[in-house]
Amino acid sequence: MKTLAQHIAEVSPSRAFRPALMLVPWLACLAVALLIHYAAPMAVNDYWVNVMRRMGVFIVAAVSLNIVNGYTGQFSMGHAGFMAIGAYIGAAVTYYGSLLAHGSTNDPAFYTQGVLLMLAGILAAGCVAAGAGLIVGLPSLRLHGDYLAIVTLGFGEIIRVLLELTSTQIYDAKEVTLGALATFPLNGPVGFERIPGYASLFWIYLFAAITCLIAFRVKMCSSGRAFLSIREDEIAARSMGINLTKYKVRAFVLAAFFGGVAGALYAHTGVNPSPTDAGFARSFDIIIMVVLGGLGSISGSVLAAIILIALPEALRDLQQYRLIVYALLLIGMMLLRPQGLFGVKEVWDLFRRKPQPKDKDPHGPARFASAAGTTGGAR
Amino acid sequence: MSDAPPVMLEVKDLQVAYGAIKAIRGINLVVRIGQIVTLIGANGAGKTTTLRAISGMVRPSAGTITLRGQPIGGLASHQMVRLGMAHAPEGRGIFANLSVEENLDLGAYIRRDRAGIAADKERALTLFPRIRERLGQNAGTLSGGEQQMLAIARALMARPTLLLLDEPSLGLAPQIVQTIFQIIRDINAGGTTILLVEQNAHMALNVAHHAYVLEAGEITMEGPARELARSDEVRKAYLGGH
Repeated sequence: MKTLAQHIAEVSPSRAFRPALMLVPWLACLAVALLIHYAAPMAVNDYWVNVMRRMGVFIVAAVSLNIVNGYTGQFSMGHAGFMAIGAYIGAAVTYYGSLLAHGSTNDPAFYTQGVLLMLAGILAAGCVAAGAGLIVGLPSLRLHGDYLAIVTLGFGEIIRVLLELTSTQIYDAKEVTLGALATFPLNGPVGFERIPGYASLFWIYLFAAITCLIAFRVKMCSSGRAFLSIREDEIAARSMGINLTKYKVRAFVLAAFFGGVAGALYAHTGVNPSPTDAGFARSFDIIIMVVLGGLGSISGSVLAAIILIALPEALRDLQQYRLIVYALLLIGMMLLRPQGLFGVKEVWDLFRRKPQPKDKDPHGPARFASAAGTTGGAR
Repeated sequence: MSDAPPVMLEVKDLQVAYGAIKAIRGINLVVRIGQIVTLIGANGAGKTTTLRAISGMVRPSAGTITLRGQPIGGLASHQMVRLGMAHAPEGRGIFANLSVEENLDLGAYIRRDRAGIAADKERALTLFPRIRERLGQNAGTLSGGEQQMLAIARALMARPTLLLLDEPSLGLAPQIVQTIFQIIRDINAGGTTILLVEQNAHMALNVAHHAYVLEAGEITMEGPARELARSDEVRKAYLGGH
């Protein structure tokens, strides 16, 4: 076994630990979020700002589902279930947290308690969804293809039914006690109401950018190659020494976490999360985004989420015909590019003739550099 | 045979059943360190099943498998790789939508010694110059022969002490088969023990030190490869001789 010092000594100067440099991608996420937050309202009206909030939420959902359906090739149909768990956890933390903290859901001051509660809710939502992902994933990821799809489909329905069985929401701050909260006052089939819409464009796109960054880094590291190899050929992946179940569960839990985050963000966009959000229809919306964008392509998922949210809105003038146009576009897409917009590639790969082995760009195909597998190796 | 090299792999009374069908009916075989041992036989004789049982892909219903004296029966296939056994599966099993280089990197998946991986990649590419030309390409765009070369090169990236090759000549042009078998010889000369499953008995007996003939799940003949190649039964059944 090598000591840590030996490992560090081996690291080439270009890959050495440089905190300032490591911050750059995260700062870029922040910049993207700030840019969208301040630029978008200048370019479009309030209605489209709201559409953009939905887009951001679905970017998180589609990119995270891509980790399971795209990277590892496991067909999960329960992503809306994780999103709904996230939505209810996030909403409950903010709503009941606000009632307990200051007796109402009005945020007492600009960007203070309310937003902090939302962030805590998002984190809790991600963790609970990830936990649910682990519980569902451990037994079901031993299944293949259709069977996994059926199990995950059933999972979404179970969540929907469970949410319908929750008790009535508590509106009076004085009645919020530990005992009352233990009855899950999530308002049953009616849908959880009056959740403050703290998720501004900034927060939504910050989380969207972070999700993309993490998904991208996962794809580029040795774990990511393990995910992709499982999709390509399970037997060969095993021959490489990859523990299939471990990696499938890992991908599933990661996707569930960000699915939960997407749900929590969604709950804070001024909508009422309802049990139907956990159902098949929503799961299918997200799957279409992933497939349309290209299984395994993050930029594809982002673009598909934007298109599929914007399209019905842009076609609204066509009134009842818009669904037909929407369907025709999808059919045309499947005929012309069955692999999705970008296939497994990213948008920038399309502008490249050949992958260049010695690329300087750390996020480009520099992963082909000879010491690939380093991300895992450095651990 | 007191000067025989030590045993790398020993299979005793191995039986494998798929449901009610007994694919392997109790076979014994020994692979000694530094040798190429080949298992030849017709379609459906159980060659691939034997290899899969050894590498943990299928669970044997009876029998023991030991690697360097250590029992390995019941271990999962991904654990076998860590014990130094690499399996280049039948039908190549390359990752078609990943680049050639990513395929090679996945071969070294269990390893964390970056310098060693780079050196082994260089060695593999020296062995297969055709692969070097295609590093950035999607592996699915390679020809059949190149894919087989990639599958072997990828298996070597785990730096195995025992390499299991499942029909490396499958579906390849005779000239490519020649090349592949020359490389198999080179790999063995570099110190890797090889268990080779083949239908192409002529080529297999040509490179191997020791050979087993498998028929309907049982070993019907065994011996030094050269002797088997001369034996009348093998010539008639597998070498097209008269």
